[in-house]
Amino acid sequence: MHEETVYEALANAQDDGHWAFGTGFDEPLAGVDTTVPDGVDPTDLGAYCLMLGDDALVLAQRLTQWMTNAPELEEEVAIGNVALDLLGQARLLLARAGSVGVLGRSRELATDSVPDEDALAYFRAPGEFRNTALVAAENGDFARTMVRLLAAATVRLAVLARLRDSRDPVLAAIAAKGVKEVAYHRDHAARWVLRLGDGTGESHRRAQDGVDAVWPLLADLSTATDVETRLAAAGVAVDPADVLDEVRGVLTQVLDQATLRVPEWPPAAAPRGRVGEHGPELAELLGTLQGLARQHPAATW
Amino acid sequence: MVSAVQTDPRAVAATVTDPELPMLTLADLGVLRDVRTTDDGTVVVEITPTYSGCPAMGVMRADLLHALHAAGFRDVEVRTVLSPAWTTDWISEAGRGALAAAGIAPPGRAPVRSPGPIPLQLGPARRTAACPQCGSPDTVEQSEFSGTACKALRRCRACGEPFEHVKEI
Repeated sequence: MHEETVYEALANAQDDGHWAFGTGFDEPLAGVDTTVPDGVDPTDLGAYCLMLGDDALVLAQRLTQWMTNAPELEEEVAIGNVALDLLGQARLLLARAGSVGVLGRSRELATDSVPDEDALAYFRAPGEFRNTALVAAENGDFARTMVRLLAAATVRLAVLARLRDSRDPVLAAIAAKGVKEVAYHRDHAARWVLRLGDGTGESHRRAQDGVDAVWPLLADLSTATDVETRLAAAGVAVDPADVLDEVRGVLTQVLDQATLRVPEWPPAAAPRGRVGEHGPELAELLGTLQGLARQHPAATW
Repeated sequence: MVSAVQTDPRAVAATVTDPELPMLTLADLGVLRDVRTTDDGTVVVEITPTYSGCPAMGVMRADLLHALHAAGFRDVEVRTVLSPAWTTDWISEAGRGALAAAGIAPPGRAPVRSPGPIPLQLGPARRTAACPQCGSPDTVEQSEFSGTACKALRRCRACGEPFEHVKEI
């Protein structure tokens, strides 16, 4: 049959493989060997994948709040692409958590047709999320958004670069791919911080305000949870304390060049977001992220 | 319908094009990693995503299944491979030519990633790309991100035309 338009072709399709999304067909780990390496606790591995996956998912959702609001069209496209990369990393990592059975109550709440990564994204309560406060904080103005992206991408890049050698081959592969992407994100944010900090009086003031607002969010960033400590010892995860010097070095370099004052590094605090302690801003963000899936649990799109 | 016995599944899979860069086959793009037939006759196709968030993976799978089924292969399995990570260095010479012919500047060599920390690049990206319209090397990057994750946006100073550039990863 010859179809006049692409819509007719889609309407006449005999199977739902023509749809890019919502078919459960493009499972991100389809065909990937998800065997857990010897001596690694699958529950720990899943919990760690949630930490890295939730960081990416929540930051992607924050960045998409800029859609239709970015200062220029090119930046709108850039932010959208950064968010898409992070969403892709989140899908892989949440699927990895699902592959080792770390699903919490999400599997009970989601219908069977919902893939693991969607169940984890849409059907967990805020207290089950393991992202840091750094990515959950509200965007603020554009300068603060770029300072936060710089900090979050710098930390993520340092962690992913080390995870390329993880004993979990799935995590190592996700990291090797992610390094290429997050290097672009970090450098993009760094160039904006440079332009804004070393720009006009107004842009400098906003960039400095952004730095002063973001720095306190770094307090629990280098404190390992028990899960991270155990997995780091097993050669699977990165102890966040190991990336602290590198992260501080990069951030200081950017701020110095941007003529911005580097605040004192906040004293190390006990993990909060990584153990499920979040402020109300995460619940609000998840309300938007999860609303549709929860109201229409069998919906596909 | 073509009989499976007479057709090489690799040749069939190699004709499938990328949904977002339809001038390129998945083979030219370097996304098609392997096509083999198992002892029980199942065709196993391995593809790798370009970017983690590439929204075209589902369509690629569907198109591969469709093409192989249409060629008479009944049992087809499309698998994802994540490692080694895709690099623009895998885009074939034919693929680079097809990109340029479509007005998209092909990528240069991908940066070599050392095992250690990734150095910060604070200056403008040191990429160069000749204008696919007029051939002038005098082009400037507008944005490192464009209509898809894999492309940057540039403008030619000689002819004034904007164009996309597949950026190196």
